[in-house]
Amino acid sequence: MKTKTNKPLIVMAVTFLLIVVVFFISLNLGVIKIAPLKTLQVFFGQGTARDELVLFEFRLPRIILSLLVGAGISVAGAILQSVSQNELAEPGILGINAGGSLAVVLFIYFFQGSASDLSFFGTFMLPFSALAGAILAAFLIYILAWKKGVTPIRLILVGIGVNAGFNALLLIFQLKMDPHDFMQAAVWISGSIWGANWNMIWAILPWIVILLLFTLYKARYLNIMQLGDQLATGLGTAVEKERRILLLAAVTLAASCVAAAGGIAFLGLIAPHVARRLTGPRHQTLIPVSAFIGSFLFLLADTLARNVLAPSEIPVGLVISVLGAPYFIYLLMKAN
Amino acid sequence: MHFHFCSKHSIKSAEKSDILKQQLIIIISNRKEVRQLSQHKNIRTASEEIQWTSRTYGAVIVLIAGLCLLCLGAFLSISLGAADIHLRTVWEAIFHYQPTKTSHQIIHDLRLPRTAAAALVGALLAVSGAIMQGMTRNPLAEPSIMGVTSGSAFAVSIAFAFFPGLSAMGLVLWSFAGAGLGASTVMGIGMFSRGGLTPVKLALAGTAVTYFFTGISTAIAIRFDVAQDISFWYAGGVAGVKWSGVQLLLIAGAVGLTLAFFIARSVTVLSLGDDLAKGLGQYTSAVKLVGMLIVVILTGAAVSIAGTIAFIGLIIPHITRFLVGVDYRWIIPCSAVLGAVLLVFADIAARLVNAPFETPVGALTSLIGVPFFFYLARRERRGL
Repeated sequence: MKTKTNKPLIVMAVTFLLIVVVFFISLNLGVIKIAPLKTLQVFFGQGTARDELVLFEFRLPRIILSLLVGAGISVAGAILQSVSQNELAEPGILGINAGGSLAVVLFIYFFQGSASDLSFFGTFMLPFSALAGAILAAFLIYILAWKKGVTPIRLILVGIGVNAGFNALLLIFQLKMDPHDFMQAAVWISGSIWGANWNMIWAILPWIVILLLFTLYKARYLNIMQLGDQLATGLGTAVEKERRILLLAAVTLAASCVAAAGGIAFLGLIAPHVARRLTGPRHQTLIPVSAFIGSFLFLLADTLARNVLAPSEIPVGLVISVLGAPYFIYLLMKAN
Repeated sequence: MHFHFCSKHSIKSAEKSDILKQQLIIIISNRKEVRQLSQHKNIRTASEEIQWTSRTYGAVIVLIAGLCLLCLGAFLSISLGAADIHLRTVWEAIFHYQPTKTSHQIIHDLRLPRTAAAALVGALLAVSGAIMQGMTRNPLAEPSIMGVTSGSAFAVSIAFAFFPGLSAMGLVLWSFAGAGLGASTVMGIGMFSRGGLTPVKLALAGTAVTYFFTGISTAIAIRFDVAQDISFWYAGGVAGVKWSGVQLLLIAGAVGLTLAFFIARSVTVLSLGDDLAKGLGQYTSAVKLVGMLIVVILTGAAVSIAGTIAFIGLIIPHITRFLVGVDYRWIIPCSAVLGAVLLVFADIAARLVNAPFETPVGALTSLIGVPFFFYLARRERRGL
């Protein structure tokens, strides 16, 4: 028994170390390379002005955002999978991200004029508009999949349809923008840490921290709910009520991530899966481990996206898609 | 009575096919009875009922009405646009072409090829979807859902990045290769997955494959700075098609449709189920192979000319099946005509919705197709 209780801690410690390693690699790499020693110097306040600027204004915010978004998406995926008892559920495939993306693109298009000069207030409004779109998408999926109850299969099929519909609308609006905004929107929809500055971090940090804590608090309900509706009801859970609350938490988490990083697919699927493999299905450990693994994977993918094809930068969402799709297909082939 | 005197081996082929037909009719009518029985148990709406008989008159009516609509659509498509041209001028430009008149030139060089391309692409995609649905018995089978179009677009983006200045014909070949790659990936996933390729698995596998290919091709596009050339492929449209494109579509269409007519009968049998088809003496794998080849030719040609235009291959075969029954000898031509009609009108709408700007026609067909997809997803029974 003792080994079992220690395992999640070990996994978290290892993942944390990995995050620290990638964190420093990511700080060093980029168009301007900064040697590890210099990085440390900058942190102790003895670096050159240029290095300070690069590290504190460009790289560090981006890394912190990556960690936050990775954690948020993964936990959203973990909740969705347990609540729908469907191991293929994920905010990207279900179309929740697409709804959030559409709302953000519309918000920028109508209220901000251009994505490049987003005001301070506008940045803080982004999560709210993403939330509105994501909730609309989730609501549509729920309503359209409802037919004397919601079966997991119908949920996913309807999600694919909602995804296609929102993407078509996005395309129509995108083509009305001027070329610069068009490119920006295209990159952003593919998933990219775009507005990497401290404002953005302050705008989404509270959402993600509060919701992560809330999910941890609700972990015991998630444990019971993944056993199935009947058993959960029998154990005295108000299944439908808890499900709605947890769904709302997942959608809100996904929406705040969409506001910061656009549509990231597959991460919400992979991280919880790996976490479940490593530490088992108890949500008290599954949720934090998913968050750690998600942060690690996202930071790794973003570092790759910045450097693999340098000096061009590819949207991090594409890296995750290309790496995540095969894993998804593998799961699909295994599933009955 | 006749059979009693013949040994099994001496039955002539004509009689054999008669027997097959009878068996088929028995099976079909049995199915009808089963359906009628099941109708007593659970009440279904009339629209959900599937006719297991083919309706020749219906098919002929659909063909004639479809062709009339197509002619009407073609004339509208030629006359409407940034410069409205009177219908009489359209007539004159086609039948008494005078190269010196501007309006005649617009019609001849821009509108005519565009209209022809819209009709051909619509027809190709619809037939491609019909064959896929028939072969896989999967109501959600469709080139864009199954990753065929994204495979094709992936190959086209590679061609753009690494072989700039490729001829139109070369591009089409790349597109074919990509369509084949996409189709075989999804089919392979289906073959190796536990429990076969159910509609849900197909849709999910297609989505994942689409994400994968789109990811790589977008990365290539950004790296090699051909994003603008490729974004056109993803938006989908027939606005800039030239006569050479129309020629390519015609050739691919002629080859693909001819092959399709040859295997139409076999597809009908196959659409009753693999076991049944085998029992009736069909080489199912051969038919499937030819079917996939047709799908690759038709989709590859359509994508290389018009980019990704989604959902036509999904909607049209369903509507056609509802109108003309289950015989693929009728479904294929009727799907072709109706697909052409849909895309010609969608293309007109794409010009008019937000005039003078063009709306991507691929996005429009998606918006039409998504509600239909919901309808199919909500339907309890997922057979054909």
